[in-house]
Amino acid sequence: MKPKTEGNLLLIKGGRVIDPAGGIDREMDVLLRNQRVAELASPGALKARAHQTLNVKGCIVAPGFVDLHVHLREPGQSYKETIATGTAAAAAGGFTAVCAMPNTSPVNDSVEITRWMQAPERQSVARLFPIAAATAGSMGEKLTDFAALQEAGAVAVSDDGKPVLADRLMLDALRTAARLKLPVVQHAEDSRLTAGGSMNLGPTSFRLGLRGMPDVAESDVVRRDIALARETGAHLHVAHISTRDAMEAVRQAKRAGIRATAEVTPHHFTLIDENVADFDTHFKMNPPLRSKADRDAMIAGIADGTIDAIASDHAPHACHEKQVEFERAAFGIIGLETALPIAITVLYHHFKLPLWRIVQLLSSNPARLFSLDGLGTLTPGAHADVTIFDPKKKWTYDASQSRSKSRNTPYDGWSFTGKVIATIARGRVCYHD
Amino acid sequence: MKGRRARSLLGTDQLTLPEITAILRLARRMDPRRPPRLLRGKRVVLLFYEPSTRTRTSFEFAAKALGATTTLITATSSSIERGESLIDTAWTVTSLGADIIVVRHPSSGAPYLLSRFIPVPIVNAGDGLHQHPSQALLDALTIMNHKKHLKGLRVVIVGDVFHSRVARSNAHLLSKFGAEVVFCGPPDLVPEVSATLAPGVLVSHDLDAALPGTDVVMSLRIQMERLAGKQIGVEDYIARYQVTPQRMQLAKSDAIVMHPGPIVRGLELANEVADGPQSCVHEQVANGVKTRMAILATVLKAGQ
Repeated sequence: MKPKTEGNLLLIKGGRVIDPAGGIDREMDVLLRNQRVAELASPGALKARAHQTLNVKGCIVAPGFVDLHVHLREPGQSYKETIATGTAAAAAGGFTAVCAMPNTSPVNDSVEITRWMQAPERQSVARLFPIAAATAGSMGEKLTDFAALQEAGAVAVSDDGKPVLADRLMLDALRTAARLKLPVVQHAEDSRLTAGGSMNLGPTSFRLGLRGMPDVAESDVVRRDIALARETGAHLHVAHISTRDAMEAVRQAKRAGIRATAEVTPHHFTLIDENVADFDTHFKMNPPLRSKADRDAMIAGIADGTIDAIASDHAPHACHEKQVEFERAAFGIIGLETALPIAITVLYHHFKLPLWRIVQLLSSNPARLFSLDGLGTLTPGAHADVTIFDPKKKWTYDASQSRSKSRNTPYDGWSFTGKVIATIARGRVCYHD
Repeated sequence: MKGRRARSLLGTDQLTLPEITAILRLARRMDPRRPPRLLRGKRVVLLFYEPSTRTRTSFEFAAKALGATTTLITATSSSIERGESLIDTAWTVTSLGADIIVVRHPSSGAPYLLSRFIPVPIVNAGDGLHQHPSQALLDALTIMNHKKHLKGLRVVIVGDVFHSRVARSNAHLLSKFGAEVVFCGPPDLVPEVSATLAPGVLVSHDLDAALPGTDVVMSLRIQMERLAGKQIGVEDYIARYQVTPQRMQLAKSDAIVMHPGPIVRGLELANEVADGPQSCVHEQVANGVKTRMAILATVLKAGQ
């Protein structure tokens, strides 16, 4: 279908609207007009003559998903991914907005790169929000100009992949960010404890003869950061949490009223270190897949509200960076297209979590965490970003058909229940099953 | 050796009991002086990314004895030095007509990578800290020359277990046969997690306490720099873990002593033990050729 945009009316008919921010969970029709949500009404009640109608009976109509953690590799590594291909994959996965990490080449530590990423020439299919580097070149020495970066469109700061370890620097970052109401996203890893490691430390790493990364390398940094967040009143956002201990730290922090939030990836609540069994580098990521007890703690954290958001940590790499010896292989997997199917298959069908909660984790919560105004809700007046998915549809993921430039996924050939049917960004259908 | 990677030998954990028994039975029948020409006209490529004396030589002798031609490729005398990837190198030798690739590599799992992408049998000749299955098979052959069964034996493996692919391969194999395996050494080299490797594996940090009732004492190579890295004094290590004639008195009177080599004399084994009547180290080396003949014949036969 070839939808028009401006001034057009798009009617989404027959679906079940789940809008946690608006407090709605029932069958409703949704009318989009001029890139905004115009009206929600009982099925059949909307009489407007829409230019385009989507009949989505049996499907969930949710606010567009927001991914707080993706790597789109531009500028500098367009052989892995571009903003255009990465956001096309996002759209196919139901994400209408993505937050792009700054570990590009060069590192996004400047107003220029922040603006460049958002320029129309990048042909972004979804909304792109840059996360700027917290320190110059992510070298952990000198803070970047948070105010200028925020002004240029950055929604958070982070040295993702290269954690800010120096206490004083992290304190300064949090203090500055607090003043600007800018979240500080920390990839919690004490790299002094993980040097040379390529998977979780435990029985499996011993059996495979691979150097291990201990769980304390994550939880120690999370505890330190929480203490500093309490000092400064800043918003600390823990990226891709993976250990039971760190989860407990965040749980306690929230109880104590500290502004600490956390995201979890689909792989950390689904897979475990034992999956590395035959050295398949598609199971190599950082943080690594952890023990079964850690994985269970991720589920518990999702269920009890300790976890705020599901983020993909979409990390594309070319074949030649993955089809090498396990220790030499790049960390990371693509994940934009499989996040919803995994969430539905694992959290909804297996663990019986309500769809409401899953939509919250994928949409309203992340939009709120990074203050993305007008996103994460279907309240009239909000941006016309909508994700429509069928929680019962069975299908098989074929990585060779991915919209991403890369194919580094452990889920190739996996069968899922739950699929994105259509994605609408800025009032335009940018993906249709 | 079944399934998708039917023709490769990657690790002892993947072998079934009947497969191991079949290889050992074949190995026992192999006579390097009157060998069956099972690999006549075949090409065996020895892809060695790490230095090796006995493993390389015995695979080479084994292949040649069976009638194959062999080529040795080492990291320093090939395109590997120019940054060619492992898979590309393996594809190159495959395209040149390799029928079997024997690979030794410093990265754990490297043979798995090859077996996933390369359509010829891969034989693991030692990968990182992970496994050294041909060593475990020749060790089993050696033990069975002295003991009736592996089942019920108590085998003490002493030394740097953490860094030892020999320890891992032996423990998997012996465990499958119902032997009791005791990993012994200082806590830094024998972490508690070692006991999770396979059923029947125990951990001890006290060699004197571990030895009573022992049928086989297997000593592992110790690298001095690894002792230093863990701040373990050499003198202290020798005092606690060197296999000495006095300590051998604690084991069963018919116990045998093994070592995969190379031996650091005066550190892991006292000379009297290494060269004494209970030592099987030379027999191990000799069994290496027979065992590797059996391995090469088996992977090639399975692949046809």
